[in-house]
Amino acid sequence: MSARLKASLIIKMAVEKDPPKKSLWSALVLLAALALWAALAALEVFPASAFPSPLDAGRGFIEEVRSGRLINDLIASLFRVTAGFALAVGLGLPLGLWLGNRGRAQLALLPAINFFRNLSPLAWIPFAILWFGIGDPPAIFLIFMASFFPIVLATMAAVASVPAVYYRVARDYGFADLELLTQVTLPAIAPQVITALRVTAGMAWVVVVAAEMIAGRDGLGFAIWDARNGLRMDLLVVGMAVIGVIGVVIDRLLVQLTQIPSVRWGYER
Amino acid sequence: MRDKLLRLENVSRSFGAVEVLSPLSLEISRGEFVAVVGPSGCGKTTLLNLLSGHDRPSSGAIRREGRARMVYQTSGLFPWLTVAENIRLGLRQVGGEAERAGQVREMITLIGMGGFEGHYPHQLSGGMRQRVELARALAGETDLLLLDEPFSALDYLTRLRMRQELARMLRERPRTVVLVTHDIEEAAQLADRVIVFSERPARVRRELRLAAPRPRDLTHPEVVDAVHRILIEMGLEKNAENALVS
Repeated sequence: MSARLKASLIIKMAVEKDPPKKSLWSALVLLAALALWAALAALEVFPASAFPSPLDAGRGFIEEVRSGRLINDLIASLFRVTAGFALAVGLGLPLGLWLGNRGRAQLALLPAINFFRNLSPLAWIPFAILWFGIGDPPAIFLIFMASFFPIVLATMAAVASVPAVYYRVARDYGFADLELLTQVTLPAIAPQVITALRVTAGMAWVVVVAAEMIAGRDGLGFAIWDARNGLRMDLLVVGMAVIGVIGVVIDRLLVQLTQIPSVRWGYER
Repeated sequence: MRDKLLRLENVSRSFGAVEVLSPLSLEISRGEFVAVVGPSGCGKTTLLNLLSGHDRPSSGAIRREGRARMVYQTSGLFPWLTVAENIRLGLRQVGGEAERAGQVREMITLIGMGGFEGHYPHQLSGGMRQRVELARALAGETDLLLLDEPFSALDYLTRLRMRQELARMLRERPRTVVLVTHDIEEAAQLADRVIVFSERPARVRRELRLAAPRPRDLTHPEVVDAVHRILIEMGLEKNAENALVS
């Protein structure tokens, strides 16, 4: 075995040793939180009707899965988030790219974009219902309003901060206009845009729950509202747990984008 | 007689009311290595931008034949491309894929970085990055290489090593070079001709020619002598009698 191969094996072993240890710790923390929950429930710090135990929630979970409601709500919420988020990315990314190197258009549009970004998307709920009724459209609209403006701003800032030297190099090496976009601007902004997508997707997931509470007849947000109205606090906890877990899963999926070799430079300096 | 690759006729450049380059006439022959030294902020980089075509003169004419490439002070490597992919940028005008791949391999061997083809710039040391940058600029068919203080961000020993590397690479792949630097030793060791600029607005204070064949040692008598003369010209050394008679 060559010395180099040996060295790389040693490094690999060291790396592989680390993650199990880390996940062990996080599992311990989760178990501790569960134990604390069970203890608080057993001690009846709050009345049992207002503080379901982990066991109640587990039974509620099985009930919800068996009835098929949980899956339906999950699919409804995921569809709305995906549609609203895709729309925001599909329109926001090109707008941000266009605005990135246009000083005058930036000056003209920036105050408006900042205004809408700082306006809580939840404030749109009454109008969303008036305009789009109940169901998918108002929720998609709200998710769009929540994610479009941050995506535009992040893309714009990323384009504006691409070092000028890259464009000069590209000129020296004979890049055409379209190549400047696809082979310089896009790869140069990719790390920042991926970070923005992660943050925005998290916001979109928060918003869908709120939107469905008020403007939905299904979805995880509606499930929570429905459980509250039916005084089924165990099902309410089930809804909360699923929302949290799915939020983490979405973020973990988007984190995979940061593992692409050609964007690692943006995270390792 | 060697043909002229670059000809500047009374070229000047002002930014608003500030004159950065006073009318300058200069001819550079094919294969020549010209170094421009001068105090910082004297307009050296402005000259390079004019030579590369990134900037236009306020007056006068620049005639340039062939393609120019610039190597920048701060890394101009694309961080999203590997070493091999960055070097391949320099071969965009070269024919087939197989030929490009062959030349990339050749350049990587030339800079002694076999095994690092798939590394990204952020995984390399400053000296390695600068070698890749030189390889990218030298790959393919470029006529004019413009170097803007390419080694100024490196430590002293790495800088010495990079000078040797550059001289060796130019022996393998001869190019016309204009090097802008504030490192007087670097200029004297590498160039056929050293042009000393004054403070802004830049004008030519002095021109020195070095006859010793490249690559040369830093302590070659002619290099030492040239350094001495340049320092005197810039008012940084006094004893004029120390200079060799040449």
